[in-house]
Amino acid sequence: MDDARNVVPGIASVEQRVDAIQGALEAHGLDVSKGVAELTHLAEEQWVPRNGARVVAKAWTDPAFRKRLLANGRDAVTELGLSMPKHHRHLVVLENTPTLQNVICCTLCSCTAFTIIGLPPDWYKDLEYRSRVVRQSRTVLKEMGTELPPEVEIRVWDTTADTRYMVLPVQPPETIGWPEEKLAGIVTRDGMIGVARL
Amino acid sequence: MDGIHDLGGKQGFGKVRFTHNAGAFHAAWEKRVNSLYALAVRSGLFNMDEYRHAIERMEPRHYLNASYYERSLTSLATLCVEKGVVTREELERRAGGAFPLASASAPGRTNVATRETFKPGDRVRVRSDYVPGHVRMPGYIRGKTGVVVSESPKYPFPDAHAHSIEAEDEPTYDVRFTTTELWPDSADTALVHVGVFQSYLERVR
Repeated sequence: MDDARNVVPGIASVEQRVDAIQGALEAHGLDVSKGVAELTHLAEEQWVPRNGARVVAKAWTDPAFRKRLLANGRDAVTELGLSMPKHHRHLVVLENTPTLQNVICCTLCSCTAFTIIGLPPDWYKDLEYRSRVVRQSRTVLKEMGTELPPEVEIRVWDTTADTRYMVLPVQPPETIGWPEEKLAGIVTRDGMIGVARL
Repeated sequence: MDGIHDLGGKQGFGKVRFTHNAGAFHAAWEKRVNSLYALAVRSGLFNMDEYRHAIERMEPRHYLNASYYERSLTSLATLCVEKGVVTREELERRAGGAFPLASASAPGRTNVATRETFKPGDRVRVRSDYVPGHVRMPGYIRGKTGVVVSESPKYPFPDAHAHSIEAEDEPTYDVRFTTTELWPDSADTALVHVGVFQSYLERVR
């Protein structure tokens, strides 16, 4: 549902409300057209899962980089020309193993390392994922198509501060020896959130 | 505040509406809202803790009905009115209809004076604090016991930062809880890691 006509009588449509606040910010003196163009470009072209996929592929093929990434994610991603907003002061990279699945969420709002793993998908921000994944992780993952064997332990990471997380998936054995570029092509945002295994 | 936004562990919600490689945006106005709010933050109109708190203050019925980007829009508009960028009347005149905003804020607080320093392996309990303003302690960990796994760099203290109150930056501790501790006999077995601000924790002796 895109607006709340059923709860607020006489509510303006959501587009009209966006126009209104945009007009108010312009009247306040902000260079809105330039700012929106720049930020929309970032959202569409720069903050994409392809960034995190490159990080994962590099970690799979370069053990020294993997070590640096697990020790200090924020510094390590800059080696690939990537960056994080100033207020994201820490990037913790969560290494999956054949017997461990890490899953990230934000129960209070919808925080993510969006400059690295991409802006979050719709379902990540929905009430269902936020309420249930901390309490019913195995059930929720199964419903989402990832049925984990009982011996796989699950760790859920709730993004309650400005520390950001990304999951480092297990490299599928059949891809050992592939070039980095080709490996990056198999890494998905869902894999870096931890709701899918590759 | 114990608001509607604090969803972790709430029961009764159905299946996640999941599709593979789902989009972040579904309409042009959503991108515009995302950019406008980011522009407002960049321009120094408000900080991220104020932004999150204004979403939490939305009337619960509106919060539950609104999409993510409508919540973002409501927070942006609320803060612009509260900070004197525009009046609500002007917004509604421009919008040509009602423009629901979030409810007024309750007082924030500064750091807890008796907060302690912890190290990995320490057993900690989340204080049973009931904070009327902004707080980043999800309700499901209140009063619960866990183990410190690591420490983050220092961050602005959200309970103060959302309310323009002076406070010292403080670290968060990555605290590991078992679902057995959080929801005895009523959860899938897993470990839940939460980034918990220093002021929210006390040592288990």
